[in-house]
Amino acid sequence: MLCDNCKERDAVINLTQVEHDSKVTLHLCEQCAQQKGVETGVAVLKSPLGGFIASMGQGGGVANVLPSPADGLRCSACGGTLRDFRESSRLGCAQCYISFDAHLRDLLRRLHGSSQHVGERYQAPGADTDPRRNLLELKDQLRRAVDSENFELAAELRDRIRVLE
Amino acid sequence: MIDLSLLPDGGLRWLDASGPGGHIVLSTRIRLARNLEGYVFSQRAKDADRTAVLTRVEEAAAASRHLSHAVTFRLDQLDRADRQLLHERHLVSKELAGLDRESRPRPGAALVLMSPVGVMVNEEDHLRLQGMWSGFALEEGYAALEAIDSELGRLLPFAFHPEFGYLTSCPTNAGTGLRASVLIHLPGLVLTKEIGKVLQGLTQVGLTFRGLYGEGSEVVGNFFQLSNQTTLGKSEEELLDHLGKIVRQVVEYETQAREVLLRDAPTIIADKVWRAYGLLKYARSLTFEETMNLLSGVRLGVGLNLITGLSVYTLNKLLIYTQPAHLAALEGRQTGDPEPPPTVRATYVRRLLEAEAG
Repeated sequence: MLCDNCKERDAVINLTQVEHDSKVTLHLCEQCAQQKGVETGVAVLKSPLGGFIASMGQGGGVANVLPSPADGLRCSACGGTLRDFRESSRLGCAQCYISFDAHLRDLLRRLHGSSQHVGERYQAPGADTDPRRNLLELKDQLRRAVDSENFELAAELRDRIRVLE
Repeated sequence: MIDLSLLPDGGLRWLDASGPGGHIVLSTRIRLARNLEGYVFSQRAKDADRTAVLTRVEEAAAASRHLSHAVTFRLDQLDRADRQLLHERHLVSKELAGLDRESRPRPGAALVLMSPVGVMVNEEDHLRLQGMWSGFALEEGYAALEAIDSELGRLLPFAFHPEFGYLTSCPTNAGTGLRASVLIHLPGLVLTKEIGKVLQGLTQVGLTFRGLYGEGSEVVGNFFQLSNQTTLGKSEEELLDHLGKIVRQVVEYETQAREVLLRDAPTIIADKVWRAYGLLKYARSLTFEETMNLLSGVRLGVGLNLITGLSVYTLNKLLIYTQPAHLAALEGRQTGDPEPPPTVRATYVRRLLEAEAG
């Protein structure tokens, strides 16, 4: 297939864009793709976060993803900040996705081309969906009760576990 | 030393080359990243939290149908040689095994294994469900892993968000948490110098490539791991279909490149293949890298039917057992001994080839 732009060279890249709510796919050769600002190099893509982290390290380059005034933004659950994420490229906990959602949505779109999960939907287990789950949950509560030296609750939980087992 | 006899196949069932396309596609590896709701991710968690996560995973595995007979290896309680052995078998990542310089496995790091599937616990994510299958087996592999995932997901609360999907420590894995990779041998494309174009093409269609040991590893012996780069915005089936389609195409290119080599340079190829075989068979000292490169030549020879009487299983076995920790274990070396010298590797290779091909 020939390049849609120059109509001379072979197209090697399919560039899909959304314009006015409709999807347009362009078939481009390498040169035309580069002119349109599509990254074609191998090096950048070797590590999925490669370009992202590289620009974070130098500061500035990624400002539109993680504006520096937001660096101090803190996750309400784990206490991790956006700066921690910027430095380690790892989030602290699941709640970070909610605490930093605007920033992450932007980043996820850049990384994956979308922030909307379309794969398998997960149904969090309810207490009554699986009897085994009930028992596992009680065992976890028992450990927590023992850790916090709440022995009265621990004794009660132990009895309930014994019945189920 | 750890007792790998607990595993009937030593976690190496995929070596048998029984899967489809076995001489070009060695194996298929799939993993799903999952985290437990209510716990800080492993890298930032306190030791007590990681231990609690491990306990919960072990309890859930024991209560499950799919992992009820799993064996747990506590990486944080194994010595370096054993951890390296598990890593060389592709059962644990370098990070989980704490093999990077001056690093140690973090407390609570474990592998819950019921071959061919296992769960790395307290890697970057709380759970990394993974498995390895012989040959080109994306569908079979995913079906097996998906069954375990959905059962564990009923027993444990996974961190999930309606928009972002499964939540992972690194946003590059969010969404499906799925990474599928196919280990593929491409000497034809390397010899015809077409490989650069193919690899560049891969990155343009949303795939990525790595060396034999995954992320950050060098390509040796013309073995490449091709995998999906993105995990969000496409369904599991779409990601697997896409990878499968591209892998089939790459296999096709490789086959064509081999035909070209046989047609245009038959003597050069035959010479290359037989020299590799000769060196493997008679050398008295072999480094790991040299062994990989020679195995690549011999594997090509077997694929082209230039060398007969040598099974792909033996070639696969040589890939694994010529690694340092495996040689050390075969030698019965004790922990703390230096790496076996290259003469040991040469002796092992020679004996195995003599036993099979005479």
